[in-house]
Amino acid sequence: MTGFADLISWLCLIAGSVFCIIGGIGLLRMPNFWTRTHAAGITDTMGVGLILVGLIFQAGLTLVAVKLVMILAFLYLAGPTAGHAIFRAAHAYGVPFAALTTGVEAPGENSDGSD
Amino acid sequence: MNRTLKTALILVAVWLLWSGHTEPLLLAFGLLSVIIVVAITRRMDRFAESERNQYPGPRFLLYIPWLLWQIFLSNLAVARIILDPKLPISPRLIRVPANQRTPTGQAIYANSITLTPGTASLDIRDGQILVHALNAEFAADLESGEMGARVKRTEKGA
Repeated sequence: MTGFADLISWLCLIAGSVFCIIGGIGLLRMPNFWTRTHAAGITDTMGVGLILVGLIFQAGLTLVAVKLVMILAFLYLAGPTAGHAIFRAAHAYGVPFAALTTGVEAPGENSDGSD
Repeated sequence: MNRTLKTALILVAVWLLWSGHTEPLLLAFGLLSVIIVVAITRRMDRFAESERNQYPGPRFLLYIPWLLWQIFLSNLAVARIILDPKLPISPRLIRVPANQRTPTGQAIYANSITLTPGTASLDIRDGQILVHALNAEFAADLESGEMGARVKRTEKGA
């Protein structure tokens, strides 16, 4: 482990942690379910991504690095898929779009849940 | 190449990469796992509706870095909104056309929308994706259609 790789690694780890905290702050500050999902997205993409990249630099060119890349790929595939399942369920259930500024339709109009 | 064989070879490679062990017992476990997964996959394929030729084309590899950059940019934008004392959000629902040819392309597009904070795909029907956007800027970015066009170009034969 050279000093340079260590430096990048720690910068990524710290930045990732900061973004996780920002995502958490967003969860607390956002007014409703739908806006909170965007705050959670920060933790799921930037927070996780930077922390894993930081760990990859810690691992160097090893099998561990391969596994970390796989974990990253899996999270980036599974995250939005699971997120979509949650959003779709919430939409079908009729979770209100409170404080919606504008919309293509009246909230709830499309919430019959059928397909 | 035979699809079953291809699946098995990929699984063996993945197993070896992930475990890094070469003891006979663990290799046997790996082999057993591969056989079980291949058997289940073959069973599931019988219920798969259509042609398998639905993997994204080679241009998908070019799309990934672009998407990561977009994720980076929108993360900064959402982080700035969260840290702003006034919390300047104006959430809205928009519909964007999912004009990709294949279900895979549409899934990639919808997933890309959700992956970039500030926009989340709620529903897809009639070739349109219902999107919740955090403010007008995110909505406008998406409505410019650049991401959709780029996903479309990743499709095979596009």
